Amino acid sequence: MAPILEIKGLSKQFGGLRAVSDFDLTLQEGELAGLIGPNGAGKTTVFNLVTGVYPVSGGDILFQGRSLLGMHPYRITAGGIARTFQNIRPFPALSVLDNVRIACHCHDGYSTLDAVLRSRRFWAREREMTGHARELLQVFGLLGRQYEVAKNLPYGEQRRMEICRALAARPKLLLLDEPAAGMNPSEVGALMDRIHFVRERFQLTILLIEHQMRVVMGICEHITVMDFGQVIARGKPHEIQNNPQVVEAYLGRGAARMAS
Amino acid sequence: MKVKLPQWAVLVIALVVGILIQVAIQLELLNAYLALILTYMCIMIVSSLGLSIIYGFTGQFSLGHAAFMGLGAYAGAVFTHYVGSGDGVVAPWAFLLALIVGGVFAALVGYLAGLPILRLSSDYLGIATLGLGIIVRVTLENSDKIIPITAGARGMTGIDAPPLIFLWAFAILLLAVIVARNLRFSSVGRACFSIREDETAANLMGIDVVRYKTIAFVLGCFYAGVAGVLYAHTYVFLHPMSFDFLKSFDPLLIVVLGGLGSLSGTVLAGAGWVAVLEGLRMLLSGDLARFLEWRYVIYPVVLIIMMLLRPQGIFGTREFAFLTPREVEAPEPALADGVVTDGAHS
Repeated sequence: MAPILEIKGLSKQFGGLRAVSDFDLTLQEGELAGLIGPNGAGKTTVFNLVTGVYPVSGGDILFQGRSLLGMHPYRITAGGIARTFQNIRPFPALSVLDNVRIACHCHDGYSTLDAVLRSRRFWAREREMTGHARELLQVFGLLGRQYEVAKNLPYGEQRRMEICRALAARPKLLLLDEPAAGMNPSEVGALMDRIHFVRERFQLTILLIEHQMRVVMGICEHITVMDFGQVIARGKPHEIQNNPQVVEAYLGRGAARMAS
Repeated sequence: MKVKLPQWAVLVIALVVGILIQVAIQLELLNAYLALILTYMCIMIVSSLGLSIIYGFTGQFSLGHAAFMGLGAYAGAVFTHYVGSGDGVVAPWAFLLALIVGGVFAALVGYLAGLPILRLSSDYLGIATLGLGIIVRVTLENSDKIIPITAGARGMTGIDAPPLIFLWAFAILLLAVIVARNLRFSSVGRACFSIREDETAANLMGIDVVRYKTIAFVLGCFYAGVAGVLYAHTYVFLHPMSFDFLKSFDPLLIVVLGGLGSLSGTVLAGAGWVAVLEGLRMLLSGDLARFLEWRYVIYPVVLIIMMLLRPQGIFGTREFAFLTPREVEAPEPALADGVVTDGAHS
């Protein structure tokens, strides 16, 4: 089976800084993979390159066999890749429901004329969007908050809302940038269950960046480790845990010697 | 007790009030000066609603709104000069066409100007539209070289008025509110608001940012153009200085005072703005007439106080209940199997 995402020799240069160099990653359909590494390793830069936020300096990104290079971010999202943000970026002054419905627009939207004339298509699509958004909010335990203004939600709930928003774009590939950041242990447990649930429910492929090892080791089937913009290890969770190079990147050389 | 009227009833009441005012004007119960102020109120609100779509909804800071009003005004006046005008009166059908011509002309110029400048971020957009406003004024001042009847910097005279101009302005105001409301409470409106809130995030959520900026800008310019045509046929005299970039601050202040993104706020602030400006003119008569120009000091002071006490404007982003449509009736999802409830792990 052809992979859903294929990143080949990807590199990104910011002036003299090589943020990502010669990065390879292949995701099979339905996979739940993790991308880890110390701070500044280039993980979020990879997400930004895949979603078209930054232009790519070298290499290629293939999504379902088609190159994403030079595509506008909104086209990439409409094409099936949605993401969340490391530092959350909700639409603060809008309601939770509207935040989620905005992402429905690229698939279930209608024209400006439909909106102004309140055509039959307007009502049908609007019902569809609202229903879809409410379903997602319900999965993430936010249905009771749907009419609240996003900025009034606690941090953890805003994070969950962002996942709903990403899912509303009906992606095939979901990129989660530190979904568990700032959550307490019981919230993290619920989050892991929810990620499993939506993956089955919407047949998603998921790539997540995470620092909480409990999440990464608990739900990822495959892990890629980055340091200084390069891949230093890849494999199944237990293989990664015992990889001396990974231990060194995280804890330093002395700790690596002690571990081995 | 709070009585909630259905929205169509509010519309009917508004229409009846408008017709009654026009009847009062015809019977000369309201003098010509008051009639003029009420008409100007409607015009100002229509123009401000246009800027509300551009700046309030989409966050595109524009300082060229008066220029688009001017373009519409001149286009409409030139149109009625040649079409449907006789015995000092413009035929209603010709006036309707003139409104469309003026609106479309302003929208077209807005579209062409928007192609390059809407890619700029908000602050630079302000400067670019400021420049555009000056270009338009200078063009209007020299327009008699191409179209002699505009008379360039001397000002255009000999514009005829249609009958019942107040009712025209009022009806268009109602229509403008309805269209803006339908837009606001739709997926397109939400796309515009998302651009205002966070352009990058909007782009990454699948919103074609340039497209919706352009739609908002062109529609806002259309509003300004239509308001311009009404202006031309209310005052029956046009001068390029009436559409100087300084005049762009009027709708800007109205939109900010009312609350960015709030239609209710824009309507109220627009009406209040004209009422206070003209009310002070009446108060400052006779011996006090030398203080007349001090009126223009009051607004900046009001604005500064407002920004200190209530930076989100009178209404924030809220609306009157009669401007807020009911949420669509989509089924609330039933708790599906396998859904995790909060607390399952606590």
